[in-house]
Amino acid sequence: MGFIRKYITDVFSAVKSLLKGMKLTGYYFTHHKEIITQQYPDNKDTLVLPERFRGEVVMIHDENNEHACTGCTACELACPNATIKIITKFDITPEGKKKKALDTFVYHLELCTMCNLCIEACPTSAIKMAQTFEHSVFDRSQLTKKLNNPGSKIREGIE
Amino acid sequence: MGFGFENITASIHNWLYNTFNPSIALLIEFILVAICIITLFSLLGLVLIMMERKVSAWMQVRLGPNRVGPKGMFQTVADTLKLIIKEGMTPDGADKFLFNLAPFIVMIVAMVLMAPIMFAKGFQIWDINIGILFFASVSSVSVIGILMAGWASNNKYSLLGAMRSGAQIVSYELSAGLAILTVIVLTGSLRISDIIESQQNGWWIFKGHIPVIIAFIIFLIAVTAETNRAPFDMAEAESELTAGFHTEYSGMKFALFFLAEYVNIFIVCAVGATLFLGGWMPLHIGNWQGFNHVMDYIPSSIWFFGKTFFLIFVIMWFRWTFPRLRIDQLLNLEWKYLLPISMVNLLLATVIAIAGWHF
Amino acid sequence: MYRQTEIISDLSKTPPSEGLEGADMIINIGPQHPATHGVLHLVITLNGETIKKVEPHLGYIHRSIEKMCESLSYRQFIYATSRMDYLSSHINNHGCALCVEKGLQIEIPARAQVIRVLMDELTRIASHTLWWGAMAMDVGALTPFFLAFREREMINDIMEETCGARLTMNYMVPGGVMFDLHPNFQKKVKEFITHFKNKIDEYDELVTDNVIFRNRTENVGVISKEDAISYGMSGPSARASGVQCDIRKLYPYEIYNQLQFEEIIETGCDSFARYLVRMKEMRQSLSIVEQLIDNIPDGEFQAKTKAVLKLPKGEFYSRVETARGEFGVYIVSEGGTTPYRIKFRSPGFSNLSSLDHIARGSKIGDLVAIMGTLDFVIPDIDR
Repeated sequence: MGFIRKYITDVFSAVKSLLKGMKLTGYYFTHHKEIITQQYPDNKDTLVLPERFRGEVVMIHDENNEHACTGCTACELACPNATIKIITKFDITPEGKKKKALDTFVYHLELCTMCNLCIEACPTSAIKMAQTFEHSVFDRSQLTKKLNNPGSKIREGIE
Repeated sequence: MGFGFENITASIHNWLYNTFNPSIALLIEFILVAICIITLFSLLGLVLIMMERKVSAWMQVRLGPNRVGPKGMFQTVADTLKLIIKEGMTPDGADKFLFNLAPFIVMIVAMVLMAPIMFAKGFQIWDINIGILFFASVSSVSVIGILMAGWASNNKYSLLGAMRSGAQIVSYELSAGLAILTVIVLTGSLRISDIIESQQNGWWIFKGHIPVIIAFIIFLIAVTAETNRAPFDMAEAESELTAGFHTEYSGMKFALFFLAEYVNIFIVCAVGATLFLGGWMPLHIGNWQGFNHVMDYIPSSIWFFGKTFFLIFVIMWFRWTFPRLRIDQLLNLEWKYLLPISMVNLLLATVIAIAGWHF
Repeated sequence: MYRQTEIISDLSKTPPSEGLEGADMIINIGPQHPATHGVLHLVITLNGETIKKVEPHLGYIHRSIEKMCESLSYRQFIYATSRMDYLSSHINNHGCALCVEKGLQIEIPARAQVIRVLMDELTRIASHTLWWGAMAMDVGALTPFFLAFREREMINDIMEETCGARLTMNYMVPGGVMFDLHPNFQKKVKEFITHFKNKIDEYDELVTDNVIFRNRTENVGVISKEDAISYGMSGPSARASGVQCDIRKLYPYEIYNQLQFEEIIETGCDSFARYLVRMKEMRQSLSIVEQLIDNIPDGEFQAKTKAVLKLPKGEFYSRVETARGEFGVYIVSEGGTTPYRIKFRSPGFSNLSSLDHIARGSKIGDLVAIMGTLDFVIPDIDR
């Protein structure tokens, strides 16, 4: 008799455990407010990424098309993947002296792992991480970017 | 009353036999039935796959398909289009003839199973006097298609899946059969129209006491297993055997397997609805004349499809809640639990039938 | 007849494998298989459905991170370790940062320590929730996967706000953490705590109590305590066999010795015990987060370090408890700016070595459940 009782209680507890699971899925089936799907391309306009989100490296330019990069190559040294290549030139200052300045800030997005070490290394906060994330392009060469705007120059007073 | 399917089919039948000679009339009826079945097949495929995807999405706190057409309703149309365009590959090492034959066997079985189902009052293709027996026997043929697919693919995953499927369907036929038998014992007839007629004064699930309820539950479990649905989807078991017996299939041949699965679900649920929930019979409660009258106004086809889709929903609910069983546990469940229970249950039902204790 | 000869000729082409007899067959699980969650390749010998041998083949995702690290400075190499066990990247980074700090002998500010522990425990919860979903998916239940992602997403959002990334954070730097906590951090974590406390009960309802799941995992994949030790298993997988191996208790780092938490030990030794350990660990981690979230001390988040770090000549080893087990970092320094040699002791590799022992004699379906409960992250196994 004990055997049969065990058999029956086994069956009942099994069915009970299954019904408990079905109750939960049934709850989600009927409660559509629990849905967490974000409709990505549709919500593009309202999508706000946190300001610390690391999308790609950009150089900060102010309204006079001036940046803060001195061409010190600290970021280039800090980068683990050789993502950044800084080409410098020599400007002639009004006093007639030669001064090292940034010519081209080459940034290889295809190599970048968004580790933020270059931004940490920059002594003049010339570069920052942008909150972009749609990086796909049709041609790989478009991923190699020049970060300083054409005609831009270093801001006054930054050494 | 609503959609008078009975009158429509009867008048078409009479008109055909009056206009043409009997053999041509029969041929035309064949063609008409074939067109109806194929239309129903494609419609069922579209509706059920959409339903599955929406049900699964809502249970999984997702939205589900919502891109193609209004509310994503044409998603399955787009998917079908894709599958038609895709190349139907036959692997090099496969047994080409059997490989290409298998999906059609599975499909044909599903089509043949449509014959005895009564879709509405008087709307039936073939009111054969062994209707339920026909269902029980023909439905087991589909395992041949699956075994064929698994063997002919020349793939170890497929073979394992097919062997699992064989063991599974052969075992679960038993308890599905016994569950059906419970109702047959009470009804005393194998003919579908008789079974539905016997539920004039109440569905079997209500008037058959506990044995019929148990039989209903066992029937649901057994048919879930027979149609290779999760939690009994041993034959596919995507986390174990990638895709089981249809690993090597692509394009339309895969689509046929897919479609057959869903049509099979529809068929078994239709049979379940017929046996336990009164087929097209409206819900009648005792002597509430007014209520019964209102219920009678709902067309019989809506009753039938409503009940069938309710059962389909329950089977989908199973799938999106439960983990998969292991193959030996699956067989344990059948031989150690379902079969003994349904045997005792059949005995009880027989006692009830003989003593006339049912309502 | 035609078919038979074809098969025989096919077989004759392949060399007969050792120990293969009668009805045995060899089947490849992976490198492309839904159950391996990555590019793990298992060659299994089957007799019917019963497993006779499991042979893991590695190398599909080898990126030679250890060698790569030898050419990177002590600040730079930490980012690469996020790519090993990507589900507990914080804790990997933490281990590396600890090792470098050990070499430099820097004191870490109290605030940085608390932030690190908070992040570690959040990562552990995130990793375990994902494991829970993936494990349930392995045994065939698909809904838990999405429920797990819902909770994981909340943690990812918290991480994104504070660390700037969702998966490979690179937040731990030698001397502390990279940024201070985001102002919203405390509020969001508290929201998460209340949310998760309800949801973890749902997890139990949906999977833990389920009779099918119980049958799939109980008394399946048993590994005894002795075997677990001899295979070098660690983490939740070993604790399920009764091995005391929680690094947070045995060799406490940061502020773990001041915290109230239990080391979860189960003695079931089977898949279900491994499952239970992780479920209970989630609750423990949650309680650690609860203890700390209101008690974050003020102060610096980063110790002052030199611009160029140079470790003294010598060997340094540090270990941390990741979501999968003991993660060790071994640095040999020649006194320069880059390490001479770096060796990572990853938990997944040792745990994988026990798979053959565990899985022998069980069914294919069991193998999937065992792999699920051992919680493999393939890039962690194959660095």
